[in-house]
Order: sequence, then structure tokens, then C-alpha cells
Amino acid sequence: MSEQLRVPTMAEYMAEGKQPEVLFWVGCAGSFDDRAKKITKAFVRLLNKANVEFAVLGTEESCTGDPAKRSGNEFLFQMQAVTNIEVMNAYEIKKIVTACPHCFNTIKNEYPGLGGNYEVVHHTQFLKGLLDEGRLTIEGGQYKGKRITFHDPCYLGRANNVYEAPRELIRKLDAELVEMKSCKSRGLCCGAGGAQMFKEPEQGNKDINIERTEQALETKPQIIAAGCPFCNTMMTDGVKGKEKEADVEVMDIAELIANAQDL
Amino acid sequence: MDYIPNILFAIVLIAGIGYFASNVKKLIRNIKLGKAKDINDNKSERWKNVIMIALGQSKMVKRPVSGFLHVIVYVGFVIINIEMLEIIIDGLFGTHRILSGLGGFYGVLIGSFEILATLVFVAVVVFWIRRNIIKIKRFMSAEMKGWPKSDGNIILYFEMVLMALFLIMNATDVSFQNAGLGNVVSQYIAPLFSDFSESTLHIIERAAWWLHIIGILIFLNYLYFSKHLHILLAFPNTYYGKINPKGQFDNDDAVTKEVMLMMDPDADPFAAPEAGAEDEAPAKFGASDVQDLSWINLLNAYTCTECGRCTSECPANLTGKKLSPRKIMMDTRDRLEEVGKNIDANKGVFVDDGKQLLNDYITKEELWACTSCNACTEACPVSIDPLNIIMEMRRYLVMEESAAPMELNNMMTNIENNGAPWPYNQMDRLNWKDEN
Repeated sequence: MSEQLRVPTMAEYMAEGKQPEVLFWVGCAGSFDDRAKKITKAFVRLLNKANVEFAVLGTEESCTGDPAKRSGNEFLFQMQAVTNIEVMNAYEIKKIVTACPHCFNTIKNEYPGLGGNYEVVHHTQFLKGLLDEGRLTIEGGQYKGKRITFHDPCYLGRANNVYEAPRELIRKLDAELVEMKSCKSRGLCCGAGGAQMFKEPEQGNKDINIERTEQALETKPQIIAAGCPFCNTMMTDGVKGKEKEADVEVMDIAELIANAQDL
Repeated sequence: MDYIPNILFAIVLIAGIGYFASNVKKLIRNIKLGKAKDINDNKSERWKNVIMIALGQSKMVKRPVSGFLHVIVYVGFVIINIEMLEIIIDGLFGTHRILSGLGGFYGVLIGSFEILATLVFVAVVVFWIRRNIIKIKRFMSAEMKGWPKSDGNIILYFEMVLMALFLIMNATDVSFQNAGLGNVVSQYIAPLFSDFSESTLHIIERAAWWLHIIGILIFLNYLYFSKHLHILLAFPNTYYGKINPKGQFDNDDAVTKEVMLMMDPDADPFAAPEAGAEDEAPAKFGASDVQDLSWINLLNAYTCTECGRCTSECPANLTGKKLSPRKIMMDTRDRLEEVGKNIDANKGVFVDDGKQLLNDYITKEELWACTSCNACTEACPVSIDPLNIIMEMRRYLVMEESAAPMELNNMMTNIENNGAPWPYNQMDRLNWKDEN
């Protein structure tokens, strides 16, 4: 991993008078959360490997406003949205990829009404596209035959009907994809959505991430695959709570593919 | 004197339908208490939803057992009601089985009604067992005590009695049994009455006939007071149901105006508001009472038949939190009816009763427990959206009362100040690139 990551910014592209093929929207978790930063870097390694001409907004990126909107602060959400849209429209951005389903959902569905019209894809969809086009190849490598279960992020699955892209990537690893009892459109939330990530849960008899982790562990997986930095945190905590961290890893799909490539 | 039954029938029929019609008017008025929301888009997709989800029961059968039983009751209900046509003609004109002139086809019709009536009876008994003997968890929640529980059972008793009366009516109809056309089930019930004289049989047949039609009219009028309204409202509700991606929440237009004004460098901050602009500003952001919700939210509330599939999939409810999406819908309807009665009692105007949907019905604790995961909207067999009500009420709490939980206020302050939900500097956003 000594190779330096190539992470050009939109400003740099602009200075050269060029336009990247896609904007990588990193998101707050991907920028600041220690665990999520690893996912960001794994995805960048894949983009570099496939020679994708991408750029990030860097310091010009700001929260999409998703947690504010889900908390009920429509005003703050729209301020964030309009500011981001102004930046992205100034750069004439057409296509966006992001590793965060919350950013994905908000930019794809809620920005058009405020003047931001872009083609938005989740990183699992983008990676699948690279594989289909032959720009990236994977062999099973270290994940061949491993039992992997996929936790559907609500804002990717139910919210936007993306169920297959992440699963196809897991199958391409030659891994054994096992489904939890609640999966796809009936997938159980990890407990982080709707701004729950940022607060203590209300009183109940169990934490939602524990319930979901139990469902995942029922499949006897070696890896719990996630496609969302918040789900990743919740499931990682859940696995620790069940004292299974020695047997079960929680990994983002981008990390699985990057590792399979020894990137 | 011969016309007395006919006149009596006409009076019962007009009274039954008239009272129902007056309640339907009230129902429509109550739904219109909600905020206007224009829905004129995607007509073909909306009709497709009505055909697939309401008519085709596509979401009901996702749970095979209750789905299958429900399809029986639904098909039975729709088809057996064709018999109503004959009953009404017979009642008004004093005829007896006017359609029997259709001959063999009449036999096929009545025969299929009898089979369906029997199947409906059995299905309804199974439903009753599921609620009262097996005690399936989703029928036992806190919000299902008292009236909602009785309501569920009363509906089942109505259906059992109506189906039984229909079969008894056929079994004791001597000429019908003798004709042997379509008495596929009732011929096995007829022997139970073999000891009775023909005149007694006639009395039983007439009694069953009258009770059946009166029962149907009572059941029709019961709908307005019951969760059973879904048999009518499921159709408009699936038409007006959300067709955007589930993750897409509405942007509040009133807020957009404010934000656009703030972002416009040419806006004159001291400009006098345009004439009439004051009236356009919303009285309130979000919703604290039913009148602040959209009419679709209110239609949703009347459509809910309290099946609890939403609640049984809700991650908050599954882990013991107070939130139950079904209760959100039931509370909305209860409060709406309270407001409606208030309007009736005060000559058409709502007089403040010191209550509202928020706190008096739905607590903050419930609202803040939602993860916005859309499990409830996915589970609903008739496209009800409890999540939209939760979000509207959160908007009220945050934008009108600044009453978010403290941690969320911190998160929002962080977004305002440094563009991230955590206290990190926006200038550090790309630091990950060079970290190892």
C-alpha cells in the first residue's frame, strides 16, 4: 500500500480546463470517521487501478443535509443542499458516485427539486459498471468460498431499490453469499438511519444494531458485508457486543474487492 | 296490505343507504381538513397500483397465510354482493328470486356464491382463532386493547352471521331446494330443518332473508365507525399512494422560498413584502395537529385497518421502543374524528379544545425513535405512509419548538458551523488522502 493515492480535486481539473468522468462524493463519514476513511481509500485505490478520471470536491464539499432533514430541520437541509448544488453546478457536474447511501439518496432524490440534477450512483453500482466494462477485473483471491452475508442499507435498498449490484460483486469474489432472514425489501435497519446515528436510542429492551447483528450471526458468516459507513459502524459495534470480533469481520464491499486485488 | 313488506323494505334500504351517505359526506369533509396537495401526475402508474395492490392484493400475499385467507374473504365479499342486486329487486317489487329465470346460469351463480360463502365463513373463523386463540403478536400490542380489539372481532362476527344467514336462507327455501339449481352447499344444511313444516320453513327463510339484508345495511353503516373502512378506501388510497422512491422526502416549498431569497445576492433585505405575500407564509412549519397534515395523510388514517404489518417490521418496535407505526395512524384518525365531532358540535367551526395530535396522542418519544427505514411503508398492503406523518411532526418539533434531543441539536449546530455532523473543520475534509 506504499503507492500514493491519486485524489485530484475538482479545482485542479478546472485549472487544467478538464472535466472528470465522475465526481466522487466522499461524504462526512468517509472524510472524517476513522473506519469509513478506510472504505474511502479502498474505493479510491480501485478507481486508480481502473484509471477512472474522477475528482473530489475536497474542502468544497459539505454535508448533504440528510441528517438535518431526517431530524426535521428542513431549513438547514435546504441551506446545505442549495450551497452544495451551487458548487456542483458551477463545476458543471453530470455524474456523481458515492459510498454513502444517505448522500446517494439525498443527492439523487432531493436535490433535483432544488436545482441539482445529476446522475447519481452508489459505489457498488459504479464498481459493477467497471467490471462489466472490463476496466476492472477481480478474481476470488482471499475470499474464495468464504461465507459472506450482505446487510442491505435502508437508503440503498428499500429507499432506492438497489439490491443486486452489491450482491453481484460478492458473487464475483467467488464467495458464498448467504442471506439473512430479513433481507432485500424486508431488510432490517441497522439502527442508524433517520439521524439515530447521532443520538442515544429511546428506551427499549434491545438496541437495533444488536437485533440486526444477531440476524447476521444466524447465517454463520465469516464476513458481514455492508455498503454504508453508518451500517458498518452499527454492525461492527454489534459484532463487538456479541463478542464475535475474532470470528466475524464487518467489511465494506469496496474493501472486499480492493483486498481481493491485493490493493 | 300486500305492499307493506315492499314499503318497509324501501324504507329500510333508503334509511340504511341515506345514513351511510351522510357519514361519507362527513368522512370527506374530515379528510379535506388536511392541507391541499395536488396529485395529477403519473396517472397510468397510479392506476396500475390500484389494479395491482388494491384489486390484485399483490402486497397482501407477501404473507402467504393471512394473504390467502384475505383473498378468499375479499373475492367472496365482492362476488357474493352480486346477490344484493336480486335481493333489492325482490324486496322492492315483492318478487321471489327474480333472477332464477336465468335458469342454468342462475344455478352457477348461486352455486358459486354458496361455495364462496362457505369459504369466507371458514376463513373468518380462522381469522378469529388467530386473533383470540393463537393470539398472534401483532394483534396483542398496547394499541390493540379495548375498542380496536372489539372492532376487529365485531367485523368477524358480522361476516360469520351474514354468511350463515345467506346459507340458511337458501337451505330453508323449499322451492329453491326442490329446483336443485345451485344449492351446492345449502342442500347439506337443509336436512337440519327437515322436521319443520313448510310454513315454519317459510318463516325461517323470510327471517333469514330480512336479517341478511338488514345485517348488510347495518354492516355498511358500521364501516364509518370502524377500521373496516379499508374495503372502500384501499382503492383511492393506493391511487394516491407515494410513487416516488421511498427515500425521497418532500422538500418544503415554503422553506425553499426563504432559502432561495437568502442565497440570492440581488435580494433586497429591506424590500417591503409584495402585496399578498404575507398570506402565503405558512402558519406553521411541520405538523402538530391533524389540520397541519396533508389530506393524503388523513386518507391514510381512515384507510388503516390496523393489521399491524408495519409495526411488526418496525425496527424500533421490534426492540421494545414505544414507536408503533400503526399507532401513529390510529392516533391520527382518533384525533381527526375528535376534531370532526368538535366541528359538528360547534355549527361547522372548530373551537380550540386545548388538545392536539402531538403530545395528547403521539409523544415525542415515539417520534424520535424512528430510523426512517421505510420498513413500515414497505409492509403496508394498501400504501399507507406513517413515516411521512412522523417526519412532518419532527419538522414541527425542530422548526417551531426547537425541541430536538440535545445530541441532535449538537449535530445540527456542527452542520451549520462546519458542514459536517461532527465537530471537524471543513478545511480538514481531504486530510484522509495523506493519512496512513
